[in-house]
Amino acid sequence: MSFFLEMGGYGGFIWPCYILTLGGMIWIAISSWRRAKSAAAMLADLTAEQE
Amino acid sequence: MFDYFANPTRFMRLARVLVAPLSVLSVLLILAGLYYGLLASPPDYQQGDTVRIMYVHVPAAWLASLGYVAMGVCGLFYIVWRHPLADVALRSMAPVGAMFAFLTLVTGALWGKPMWGAWWVWDARLTSMLILLFFYVAVIALANAFDTVERGSRPAAILALVGLINVPIVKFSVDWWNTLHQPASLLRSGGVSIDPAMLTPLLLMLAGMHLFFAFVVILRMQAVLAERRIAALHIRTMAREGGA
Repeated sequence: MSFFLEMGGYGGFIWPCYILTLGGMIWIAISSWRRAKSAAAMLADLTAEQE
Repeated sequence: MFDYFANPTRFMRLARVLVAPLSVLSVLLILAGLYYGLLASPPDYQQGDTVRIMYVHVPAAWLASLGYVAMGVCGLFYIVWRHPLADVALRSMAPVGAMFAFLTLVTGALWGKPMWGAWWVWDARLTSMLILLFFYVAVIALANAFDTVERGSRPAAILALVGLINVPIVKFSVDWWNTLHQPASLLRSGGVSIDPAMLTPLLLMLAGMHLFFAFVVILRMQAVLAERRIAALHIRTMAREGGA
């Protein structure tokens, strides 16, 4: 396991790349999904109010 | 066909259908890419294990460039035809593209330190990518710099279009100038120069991350369209109350 994490001595460079990339992608996906969901809910409420 | 799908109501209907398959497919491809990239592919004979950085760095760089091209095309559609959906798409792509441009620079620095001995060099490829990030940030800032959404749309579209000039510079900088950054390995006249063992994870990550980009942009477009409808409903309610 430690051999895998060491990545031939370059683990300190490789793992931050993957953590940052995947972290950034997860963050933008969740924030976009939450924004779309809350806007859709608010729109549904307002439309129901208007009707 | 463009007119057909450029209708916001039709787009919302199509988006609802596309979101789930895009998300599932992108996750599956990325997981497969991670397996091949981190476990099943060999280290490079020169770069060692740092070659694995390529599996996230190259897709991020492609998305930063292609995302900007898509944004510039949306800018053109907005300027010429004033289509609101083009503006919605431009605003939705900008933050996602900016994030990938930032990730390209960071992962590039993390590769550059062990391979070149420097986090950063003022190389033509790196500098043009930094300029691309600045264009993204400027488009986001300009689109949101005004009191009303509509006032920021045209300046942002013009800037997105102007910034397109930088995209071929990013792509061909390694051919036009003597750069430290290596030349293209995938899209080049002599064919692909990567070993199949390394090409597999790269293609899987490229496909997965491109589908992810489309998935997130569609989610953001849904949000922006819903927010615009909310604003329109508020204005209508205020006008009705004012008139009563």
